[in-house]
This record gives sequence, C-alpha cells and structure tokens, in this order.
Amino acid sequence: MSKILKKEQLSENVLRFRLEAPRIAKKRKAGQFIILRVSEDGERIPLTIANGNAEEGWIEIIVQIVGYTTAELAKLNEGDLVTDLVGPLGKPTHIEKFGKCLCIGGGVGIAPLYPIVCALKEAGNNVTTIIGSRSADLLILEEDMKAASSRLFVATDDGSKGHHGFVSDVFNKLIADGEKFDFAVVIGPPIMMKVTTELTVKAGIKTMASLNPIMIDGTGMCGGCRISVHGDTKFACVDGPEFDASGIDWNELITRLGSYTAFERHAREKHQCKLTEKIKKEEK
Amino acid sequence: MNADDRFKKVPMREQEPKVRAKNFDEVPCGYSEEEAIKEAKRCLQCKNPPCVTGCPVHVKIPEFIKLISEGEFAAAARKLKETNALPAVCGRVCPQETQCEIKCVLSKKGAPIAIGNLERFAADWERENAEIIIPKVKPKNGKKIGVVGSGPAGLTLAGELAKEGFEVTVFEALHESGGVLVYGIPEFRLPKEIVKKEINYLEKLGVKIVKDFVVGQTATVDELMQEEGFDAIFVGSGAGLPAFMKIPGENAIGVYSANEYLTRSNLMKAYLPDSTTPIMRGKNVVTVGGGNVAMDSARTALRLGAEHSIIVYRRSEAEMPARDAEIHHAKEEGIEFHLLCNPTEVLVDDKGFAKGVRCIKMQLGEPDESGRRRPVPIEGSEFVIDCDVVINAIGNKPNPLIPNTTPDIETTKWGTIVANEKDGRTSKKNVYAGGDIVTGAATVILAMGAGKIAAKSIIEDLL
Repeated sequence: MSKILKKEQLSENVLRFRLEAPRIAKKRKAGQFIILRVSEDGERIPLTIANGNAEEGWIEIIVQIVGYTTAELAKLNEGDLVTDLVGPLGKPTHIEKFGKCLCIGGGVGIAPLYPIVCALKEAGNNVTTIIGSRSADLLILEEDMKAASSRLFVATDDGSKGHHGFVSDVFNKLIADGEKFDFAVVIGPPIMMKVTTELTVKAGIKTMASLNPIMIDGTGMCGGCRISVHGDTKFACVDGPEFDASGIDWNELITRLGSYTAFERHAREKHQCKLTEKIKKEEK
Repeated sequence: MNADDRFKKVPMREQEPKVRAKNFDEVPCGYSEEEAIKEAKRCLQCKNPPCVTGCPVHVKIPEFIKLISEGEFAAAARKLKETNALPAVCGRVCPQETQCEIKCVLSKKGAPIAIGNLERFAADWERENAEIIIPKVKPKNGKKIGVVGSGPAGLTLAGELAKEGFEVTVFEALHESGGVLVYGIPEFRLPKEIVKKEINYLEKLGVKIVKDFVVGQTATVDELMQEEGFDAIFVGSGAGLPAFMKIPGENAIGVYSANEYLTRSNLMKAYLPDSTTPIMRGKNVVTVGGGNVAMDSARTALRLGAEHSIIVYRRSEAEMPARDAEIHHAKEEGIEFHLLCNPTEVLVDDKGFAKGVRCIKMQLGEPDESGRRRPVPIEGSEFVIDCDVVINAIGNKPNPLIPNTTPDIETTKWGTIVANEKDGRTSKKNVYAGGDIVTGAATVILAMGAGKIAAKSIIEDLL
C-alpha cells in the first residue's frame, strides 16, 4: 500500500502523482521504474520513476491516461491508497562523465528522461535536451528541464511552441551546424524513438533508449517484456529497461505492444456497458 | 484382511474428464472418511518404514496413517504438521510415486499405500472440520531471519524457524505470497484457497510476510544484514527466468513462456470469466515441453476454450519428466500429444500474430548426460501444425537478481547459487539458499526439503 501525497494535472491526459515510498525513494536511481496496482485483482502496470526525495520518503510518477488501469488511477486523489507499489525495478542508467550529452524526450517520455538529465548533469556532463509533443498544451516539465539542462530546445508537431515539427528536426539542425555529441538518451513513443535513434546512431553517437514493453512481474519471471537486441532475446525488466538503440528490433517492439489492443478495446466497451447499466438502474 | 483389500488401493473419485476440461475446479475429489480409513488400514505399520526414507522432509508416514485408520483425523493432520508445514499442498503436488510410495513394502505384491491421498485427506479434514491448533512456539531468541521468496522452500524454512523462536520475515516480490504455488500451479491442481490457508497458518506461528519487496532491488542481501539487523538470510528465490527456444518467430504475438501464460491465468485471474486480465484464448494451442508445467499449460489452454490443445515434445513419452498422473489426466481430457518432434520455427502472419509451428520429427539416439536418449532430428521430415497460441514450457533458468546484487556469493556457470545440499550453507557467511535457485527447476517437495535442511543449519549456527 502506498499513500498518494499529491496529485497534479500536467496536461489534458497527463497526471503527476507523488507517492509515499520511503524505501524506493532511498534506493532509486535514474532510469529505474516501479510497478503498481490500483486495486485488488487489478493489472500490474510499470511506470518509470520521474522524481524522488530520499529524505522526505516520496517518489513521483507521471502517468498518461491510456487504458482502463490508468483511468482507474486517475480517479484516485490525495490521501487515497494505491494497493501495491513495488520497486525500484530495472537497471539504472549508466551514468559517467561522457562529455557532451544529448537527451531527447517525446510526449510523456519526457518524465522518465528528467532524472537522467539531472544525473548526467551532476556527473559533470554538458547536457543538451530536446523535448517535443504534439502541441504546447501537451508539453510537460519544460521549466524543470530548462533548469536541469545546459540548454533546452522545444519542438511541437503543430508549431504552437518552439520549433514547428519533430524533435528529430531539431537534432538534424544541430548536426548540420557541426555539433558533436558523445552520448545520447532517447525516450518517447516507440515510433519517435525508432526514427530519432536511427538518426543519432547514424551520426555516430552511442545511444540508449528506454523501452516500455508489456510487463507483468518485473523481476524476470514471465518473459513477456522480451525484446530482440542485437539478435539476442533480452528482458526489459532485468536486462533493461535501457538498451543500446543501435541493436533494438523496433518493429518487433511496436508489434508486441499491440498484443492486446483488441482485448483492451473489448474490455473498455464492456466496462462502459456495465457503467451505463448501473447509471440507468440508479436513475430508475 | 483379505488379499484384495490389502493389495488394492482405494481409488480417489475424480471429476469426469469431459466436464472438468471445461472448468477450473479441482480434478480429484478427495477421500471420504470411510475411504480414507479403508485405505489407511492397508498400511503394514513397518517397524523401519522405507517410505519415510523417500520423503525429503521425513514425514512420519506410518504414524499419521495409523491415526487416520483410528478415525483420529485432526490428530493425523497435526502429526503431519510436525514435519511438514504445507501438508494440503504436498498431498496434491508431491510426486509420491517416485518418493515415498515407490518404497512402500506393499508395492512388491500390489498397490502401494496412497500416502499422498491420505496426506491430502487429513490436511483437508482438519482445515474443514477442526480448530487449527497452533503448536507452542519457543520464546523469542532475539535473532532475526530474512527469507527471500515465499515459495515452498522459503515458507518451510520460515515455519521451522518461527517454531524455534526466531523472528522471521519473508520478502515476496509479487503482490501475493506462495511463489510458484500461486503463480504457476493452476487452480484445478492446487486451489489457491488452500495455499492461502496454509500460509495463514504460518503467519499464526509468527512469520511476517512482506509483499511487493524485491530483494536485490528494494534492498540487497547486504543491506538487510548490515543496515536492517538481519542475522541470517535464506535465499529461496526460485527458478523464475524462462528459457526460450531461440527459433525464428518466437517473439510473435501469441507466443508465451509458460510462466507468463500461467501467471496471467492463475495469479492475475484471467481464468475467471469476468477478469480484466488479457490472455489470448487460442483455438489451437501448441505447448512445447514434456514436464508438469507443460501439462499445466496445455490443460489450462483447454479450460480457456481451446478446441485443440497440443503438446509437442522432442523425446518419447517414456522420457517425459511430468508425473504419470498428470500425463494420464491430460490424455483423458483430450490433450493431443505430438511426440518425437521439435519446433524449428514459429510461423507469423502479416500482423505479427503466430499462425503455426513448423516442427521436425526426431528419433532417439545414444543416451546423453541426463541418461535419457538424445533426440536427433530426421532430415526432411518437417511439417506444420496450425495454431494461434504457442506456449513455451521448456524450462527455467535461475533468477539473476540475487546473484547479480550479492557480489560475494558463489554461483555456477548456469547461474544457480552454490549451496551445500546437506546444510544449505552458501559461500557467504550467514547466507543460506535452497530450492530451484540452487538445483535449477525441480519439485515443490525438494524445495521444502532444502528449506528444512537450511533451517537446521541456521539453528546450529546462530543459537
């Protein structure tokens, strides 16, 4: 059980929760994740840790409402309890003094990127950060990122803020201007990571990407989160979640993420049916 | 007693195969009191009982059976619990036919005593009819023991040490305790309610269970010992890391490890009709492997609505590691067996879903290091089985989390922790290990035996 200490709306479908979790707060490092359950018999969902404070004993997670469980989580308020919270899971990001680092985040992927930017900066790196979203109102953590990075670029698909276009455009421009980077981390929707890391790898930059496949236990037990990296099967939960982007089979990841699309649609419809039935009954 | 009564086992009633293949209720129905007494009376009450030597936890077999024959069912259960904290579980999942029953003197002339059936009967009878008596626990001795994993090894050790007055905390990574007993073994073989009750019993003995705690990640073994005051740690983290076949198409949608498939069905309750846990309910399901886990998977698939549930195994039935009873049950229920063939590829449709398994026929060659005849592919014999779900039940590797985060613990090249099988001691002081993390995937009772042995060492070393 873990108590919700604070809940904030960051954009239309994105919420930030501060959870009481003294052990995880003490132990967590950049790049690690937690798994939580919202209710008894509920699904286990993995979420990357976005922030934490060991002294005060809390961590923060940033959640996009995409399915049934995240919608249930969104209904909870400050003071409510999350049924299960376990972590920190996965290997931390490998942090060292690389020199010039590039951190690229897209959509809600900006959240897990934040602690990595902080850790790289703290290790003495120069950190250039590029964040992007569909539009300005969906952009999260801009101020935090600005404060944590050596410099920050913003891109929006519709041009409502920063560069009109994709984060990859901004990257291409930096490279065209003759900039060099020693290390890159890319986190975002799979298709964005696929496109962006192809560019960074082509530019000769050692690039890590943080993956979010379907996962159950988070301890290596089920193998549901497996992914081909350089032709070997790896488990995102114990071998990752970060992998060398030059070896990731992106198409496989994207295909496997769609495993239960039909099931989830059905579950949502069934749930809504039950809900309308209940409302109708109550109206009567 | 006439010869017929002496040498014939009282059979246990079972659900009809056609009926049970569509539900998740337990397959055997258990003995009635009369049946149990009749079976118990067959026991010869040997002075030097060979059955006990076959049992990894040395259950006092003739003694508990005598109590059943006298109608003292609750006393029989308590006798069992003197050496076995989980009798209702063991009565169901132990391979008695290769451990205690095989040694029964009666088996020379007829059927051995159905020790497993009687163990199950006594434990069930006590749970359903009697007040569960908590044995006297020794006064607290001030020593703190941490147990990694709430599977059979850890639970057994926890029970033993709690009775001795140790303060025992069991750390479980998942949201429910029981390890493989709850995530792996299906309801129709081991009802979860029974596991829960047996764990409740341990809690009443004073064992504390902390869920959602991954030792190695939430805190390491060293941190538990140095910062949190644990005097000894027992590692029973299991064999939880599925092996894959390394064939093309294996990462297609619809290809599961048995662990994932069974976890979705058992722990995450996809077997219940209104569950929100997604699981692919295939029409044609191929399970690869010949062990108990393969049988559990194939039989679960049938109950989840498969029209054809097919086992593909590369050797012949004689080499199958599964218990005879499980193979027998599977066949009765209509599981199809494709023996002496091995998958070479999972065929995938244009949307990324599995649509078939290409297999090659095998023949048995010379014995390999396991003593079983090595399967050899027959060239040009490939064929395709159409299917929409593939379950990979070819085994597990040890879980890496403890070895990876405990640098000074010795491991083998397979990743298992090195522990003396006679005392459970590892290369690290005051750290003990047992169960699948030491042996590689094995049985519930062997893990329990290891827990018992390590408990004895801890008592020796710490008191």
